[in-house]
Amino acid sequence: MAHAVFLILSRILAVLVVAFALAHPAAAQTLDTAALAKGFASRSFDDVEKAVTQLAASGSPRAEPILRALNDRLLVIAADGALLIDKAGAYENAFTGEAVTPTAKPTPIRVNNKIRTTLAAAMGALTLMSPDRQKRLEAAEAVFKSRDASARPLLDKAIAAETDARVKARLIEARAAGVLLDQTATEAERVEAVATIRARGDQDAKGLLSSLPAEVPPAVKAAADRAITAIEAELALWNVAQNGYYGLSLGSVLLLAAIGLAITFGVMGIINMAHGEMVMIGAYVTFVVQETIRTSFPGLFDYSLLIALPLAFLVAAIVGMAIERSVIRFLYGRPLETLLATWGISLILQQAVRTLFGPTNREVGAPSFMSGAFDLGGLVITYNRLWIIVFTLVVFFALLMLLRFTALGLQMRAVTQNRRMAAAMGIRTNRIDMLTFGLGSGIAGLAGVALSQIDNVSPNLGQGYIIDSFMVVVFGGVGNLWGTLVGAFTIGIANKFLEPYAGAVLGKILLLVFIILFIQKRPRGLFALKGRAVEA
Amino acid sequence: MTSVVTPQEPAHLTSSLLYLDDVSVSFDGFRAINKLSLSIQPGEMRAIIGPNGAGKSTMMDIITGKTKPDTGDVLFEGTTDLTRLDEAAIAHLGIGRKFQKPTVFENQTVEDNIHLALKSDRTVLKNLFWGISADEQAKIDKILVTIRLAADRDRLAGDLSHGQKQWLEIGMLLAQDPKLLLVDEPAAGMTDAETIETAKLLKEIARDHSVIVVEHDMTFIRDLGVKVTVLHEGSVLAEGPLDVVSADERVIEVYLGR
Amino acid sequence: MLTAKLLADRRGLIFLAILAAAAILVPALNLLTPEGSALHVPTYAMSLMGKYLTYAILALALDLVWGYCGILSLGHGAFFALGGYAMGMYLMRQIGPRGVYGNPVLPDFMVFLNWKELPWYWYGFDWFPFAALMVVAVPGLIAFIFGWFAFRSRVTGVYLSIITQALTYALLLAFFRNDMGFGGNNGLTDFKDILGFNIQSDATRAGLFALTALTLAAAYLIARSVVMSKAGKVLLAVRDAESRVRFLGYRADNYKLFVFTLSAMMAGIAGALYVPQIGIINPSEFAPGNSIEVVIWTAVGGRGTLVGPAIGAILVNFAKTTFTTGALAPYWLFALGGLFVLVTLFLPKGIVGTASDYLARRRAAGAKPEPVAAPTPDPAE
Ligand SMILES: Nc1ncnc2c1ncn2[C@@H]1O[C@H](COP(=O)(O)OP(=O)(O)O)[C@@H](O)[C@H]1O
Ligand SMILES: [Mg+2]
Repeated sequence: MAHAVFLILSRILAVLVVAFALAHPAAAQTLDTAALAKGFASRSFDDVEKAVTQLAASGSPRAEPILRALNDRLLVIAADGALLIDKAGAYENAFTGEAVTPTAKPTPIRVNNKIRTTLAAAMGALTLMSPDRQKRLEAAEAVFKSRDASARPLLDKAIAAETDARVKARLIEARAAGVLLDQTATEAERVEAVATIRARGDQDAKGLLSSLPAEVPPAVKAAADRAITAIEAELALWNVAQNGYYGLSLGSVLLLAAIGLAITFGVMGIINMAHGEMVMIGAYVTFVVQETIRTSFPGLFDYSLLIALPLAFLVAAIVGMAIERSVIRFLYGRPLETLLATWGISLILQQAVRTLFGPTNREVGAPSFMSGAFDLGGLVITYNRLWIIVFTLVVFFALLMLLRFTALGLQMRAVTQNRRMAAAMGIRTNRIDMLTFGLGSGIAGLAGVALSQIDNVSPNLGQGYIIDSFMVVVFGGVGNLWGTLVGAFTIGIANKFLEPYAGAVLGKILLLVFIILFIQKRPRGLFALKGRAVEA
Repeated sequence: MTSVVTPQEPAHLTSSLLYLDDVSVSFDGFRAINKLSLSIQPGEMRAIIGPNGAGKSTMMDIITGKTKPDTGDVLFEGTTDLTRLDEAAIAHLGIGRKFQKPTVFENQTVEDNIHLALKSDRTVLKNLFWGISADEQAKIDKILVTIRLAADRDRLAGDLSHGQKQWLEIGMLLAQDPKLLLVDEPAAGMTDAETIETAKLLKEIARDHSVIVVEHDMTFIRDLGVKVTVLHEGSVLAEGPLDVVSADERVIEVYLGR
Repeated sequence: MLTAKLLADRRGLIFLAILAAAAILVPALNLLTPEGSALHVPTYAMSLMGKYLTYAILALALDLVWGYCGILSLGHGAFFALGGYAMGMYLMRQIGPRGVYGNPVLPDFMVFLNWKELPWYWYGFDWFPFAALMVVAVPGLIAFIFGWFAFRSRVTGVYLSIITQALTYALLLAFFRNDMGFGGNNGLTDFKDILGFNIQSDATRAGLFALTALTLAAAYLIARSVVMSKAGKVLLAVRDAESRVRFLGYRADNYKLFVFTLSAMMAGIAGALYVPQIGIINPSEFAPGNSIEVVIWTAVGGRGTLVGPAIGAILVNFAKTTFTTGALAPYWLFALGGLFVLVTLFLPKGIVGTASDYLARRRAAGAKPEPVAAPTPDPAE
């Protein structure tokens, strides 16, 4: 295990550390344009392929546009044997770039699959020098996959010129792939190539190492086998880590959806079936904010979520307080009736949103800091999920602080622990009830802002979360925020680890069944409060 | 005879109806019952007094299976370990209980309340029949007379006065015909006249049942005229006739001091 | 004794009389009157009423557990759907080689999924008595197992409600899966005949309607005889003061388990009658929202009255049909949601409960109160 961890660390290093490079002077070549044009014009696919290879190896700046044209079926032969590129009806000379007007309609050059493969490798090699970093990266990958030994001179050139560490590492790996399969390379070179590929450590590296031809010397073969075992161990570990991350991500979504419920249900004991609709309202507030920004202040788009947060909190909190004052307060002490009435409210809210915004999904965009992903070793981490994890934890701890250190928090705890005593001490319990419920609802609204980034914003958004949220709160132990935290992450991670074995749906069912059984064993959840307070 | 007896002597397991030894229970770290030992003989009536929060009701919770003790033995008829049984099984053995807060079935008639309590087969299938046998009806009628509710038999139990509910609950205990009755504060909330009637009723019951009565009201205890156990902070402080116990200094201090 | 007491309930008698009349009249008006006649009941209307009656059975079943034992099940739709699926499996097998793919054994969806053999749990469903047994046995068994765990570990109140909801949610997810072998998303449909009768024909529809009305009557009588027995008194006692019941020596868990299982079986029968009249059963019947709707039918009619929930189911569903087929369709959810709120706030006893309270108050003060609702002591003729 320790060994594998070490491998992973060294792997991260390999990604981050700049690889050394050797400079090669580029050999300038002049193009034998006539021979090339003849090759392309040939009826034999072999000749065409040869021409492709020659052109690619020439290093000429015209090689790339010509090959691309061939690939796009835009490379044509004029009646006079000149090689032309078809520019949407207008033509230019392939080697010089001059515009020409052919007398007769030129014939396109035909390619077969074999040529296509060669072409792909050749173009890959050519784009190795592209000024666009992304293109170079893709090209290096393409060469790695094509294992094309002939690209080596180009690779050497590219490695020498490359300044980006990540691209350079990929280039070196691509070169190693060529060396590994090159029968003319020395055994030592090939063993070293195995090491380079082993350090890459992903599925593709494993694939390359396990498909070596029979000719490789036993020493190379043995090195490759060792490397495969090592890569497999490492991949398994990364896989666990990736599942763990997905689990954390799901857990944070569950937690975010459940925190508000932990207040209204956990602390106040109100069964609010419209909780999911508070989340939905938060998501729609985000939508409205973004629409306004899109139409009126496009420059603020990246701040749309930040602007939506306080508004979503307020709107959801106000709706929540209205519900508490108009319905729920008449039903205190009658949990089953509360459940039914709030279910009715949830239907009304859904239909209201459907009437206002239509029944279909609304598009909520991602600000730039939330789009994209980055690799952390073997992990792929998307920014939106990462931000949601961070946001969830911030909300959670802010709430914890609020309950612990503010006057409002103190009064809330007092009222929920002993309502009559609190009232006797001059706390306006009605007001506290309203504010507490508003707080829980407002937090659900905040959750809606975050969830609008990963879920469909539709009137049914909330329904998807209500059962899960209750499961989390009950599983974690009612009235215990920390329990909710642990419950959410436990369920999230368990779910993601079950999925690969059971599939998404079955995994979810298994988890539900598990929680049902768990609640029956420990009806008060993981972190149960004890004593008479609970029985009341 | 003259001094307060503490229940340290090894009880005769076979002869006690109920035997508690070294029983403790805590709630969230608070020791409600602390090394409590107590034994009740067959046919005995025992009064238990003690300040509020002394653990009297909790003791009854333990005997009836509502609360499981952390440590200690609770034996019934010398052999049966009550800590292993649930409420229904303990009720089956013949232990009946009246709660401190009267709990009757408020949405059912007085007569139905007694009918439900009447000693009979408790399984579902045996109760899917209608009607009442003449024998059962006679028992119900007798109990209704005993608890002075014959005229109210068709009223909903929820409509009764507080005192009447207390009696109805005692009636339900009688209907169960248990070997041991646990009666928690039967006179609470009663008028003086009702209290006297209740004491009479309990003495009547004690003729052919063992009874443990918890009560605050000293005149009531005096009326009963039985051995008294004083509970304090979860354990026995003193035990003996009321006169002796009430002269005990520690008891006086617990009740009046501080 | 038994009949005498059953008959000593005028409300129930009226209810039974109406059902008996409906069982005879509606099919008669459908079959015997000509199409254009003013008295004619069209087949679609009869099937619609038949659907309402199956819902009434479901609501009555829920009332047995909620109204009389305090168990608010948010998963009764699951038992209904399970009964429906058992019937649907029988109807699927009856199609035989008449399916689109003409496979004599495999239902179309299995052929489509490239299955080669009938899964073992489909065996026997071509034989009606077996399927009929499964209609009650499967919901009963699932309710029994679920209740056995839940009641024994004393999960009560909203916790119980929420896990019953999770139960139906889990079943919903499961039945959506194709490899469960129940037709996945599409469920079971395209039925041809039942017990040899063409399922589309008016006569079969009429027969199904009459059967449903009579089943509702039978369900009422069974439920009524349970709640009037001593066990029924125990159930009420469990509802009002569960722990007190235990101290009297009753195993409250067993009573709950009994009534929960019985109720699930009734729900299963309701589902089995629903499927041939509607012509389809699919996983959406397991949706948690459906089960909560049953609760509101029960609440509207008046829980703890048996007759009330049946009436509530019919009224609410009639309103739903009226709403959703007209211009008011977008407002149906507002109406339904409002109903939830208003009934819980202002009509906690429901229509029948409130009405009988009112009648009882108007009657002489000497009337003998009955546990749940006011009695009507004088037997009808
Ligand atoms: N289930 C419980 N949870 C927490 N505390 C309890 C519980 N049962 C009893 N207690 C505590 O134990 C103490 C004894 O209570 P009780 O037995 O009711 O006293 P009393 O002698 O007045 O009947 C009280 O302080 C009470 O708060
Ligand atoms: Mg007490």
